[in-house]
Amino acid sequence: MAHFDASMTPEEIKAAKMKTVIKVTAILAAITILEFILAIVWPDGFSRTMLYILFLGMTFIKAGFIIMEFMHLGHETSLLKFVILFPMLFLVWLCVALFVEGQAIIDAFLNW
Amino acid sequence: MSSSTTLTTPEITKWDGGERPMKATYGKLMMWFFLVSDAFTFASLLIAYGVVRYMHPAWEKPFSEFEFATSSDDLYWPIPEKVFNAFPGLHGMDIPLGFVGLMTFILILSSVTMVLAVEAGERKSQKEVEKWMLWTIVGGVLFLGCQAWEWSHFIHGSANGVVRDGVQIFGANLHVNEYGPQLFANFFFFITGFHGIHVTSGVIINIVIFYNVVMGTYEKRGSYEMIEKGGLYWHFVDLVWVFVFTFFYLI
Repeated sequence: MAHFDASMTPEEIKAAKMKTVIKVTAILAAITILEFILAIVWPDGFSRTMLYILFLGMTFIKAGFIIMEFMHLGHETSLLKFVILFPMLFLVWLCVALFVEGQAIIDAFLNW
Repeated sequence: MSSSTTLTTPEITKWDGGERPMKATYGKLMMWFFLVSDAFTFASLLIAYGVVRYMHPAWEKPFSEFEFATSSDDLYWPIPEKVFNAFPGLHGMDIPLGFVGLMTFILILSSVTMVLAVEAGERKSQKEVEKWMLWTIVGGVLFLGCQAWEWSHFIHGSANGVVRDGVQIFGANLHVNEYGPQLFANFFFFITGFHGIHVTSGVIINIVIFYNVVMGTYEKRGSYEMIEKGGLYWHFVDLVWVFVFTFFYLI
């Protein structure tokens, strides 16, 4: 968010905030449009894994902007940021654990 | 006994309350903690979707030649782009993800109007808060309408359906699924349904807040913080949709 402090007039603060809102909206819209274009034009021979990694990256960029600017977490104390974001690391573990499990289940089915 | 009394301000120590270690009010903090738990619920659903998808065979041939599975011996997972390719009023045309894209934009825009409502609330400008809250509610209701259409189309299926094992199947429900493995349909209903329930409760919360703004409740209270708390929830619903959009529709 653009810098603002108590020395600024309310109009200046509002203008600074509006600038951020417009910037974030433009970024979110641009990334979403890019995702569409990629989904439609990605050629047959190219690696789908590569495309999925791109989608994943863009999703996290969008999520970052929504959490940090729209939900204002970027401007809270670092302790609050930590308390909210740290538990999300457990989800990474859940992903790893369950995807390994899923692979094991299909292997068991196929090699029965 | 002295005739005069001196007023001393009571000494408040750290343990007497009134401290805000994270510089956020109680209500906002609790909303954040609720959202963390809700994030875990949604993440579990999406991860479960991923695991089940891993457990099913995938379409091996070139992407553009995709057809829905015609035999239950080779029931591969569908490519979402080929499932969600209909648009209201444009019957029979192949518009991959067009309608979902429209829904995404509606939700992002309603998130933006919510930011503007919070901003107006900080300036205590009742009229502007009213205006932006109303737009947010309109966006939420529009999104729900779109989702109803999406569900209806998913349930009724494509015009020609699919012949699988000699039986013609139209659309999907909890017993049959034109598009592929049964669990694909079940996850569609559960994940988008659970998100839709969140949007519905978000719209109700926004309507209550809008009513209070119009009645001047926050004006009398001297603080428009409730808009911020409702806003946190509304942005979270948008955030979840960003993830549902990627993991259910794009990948």
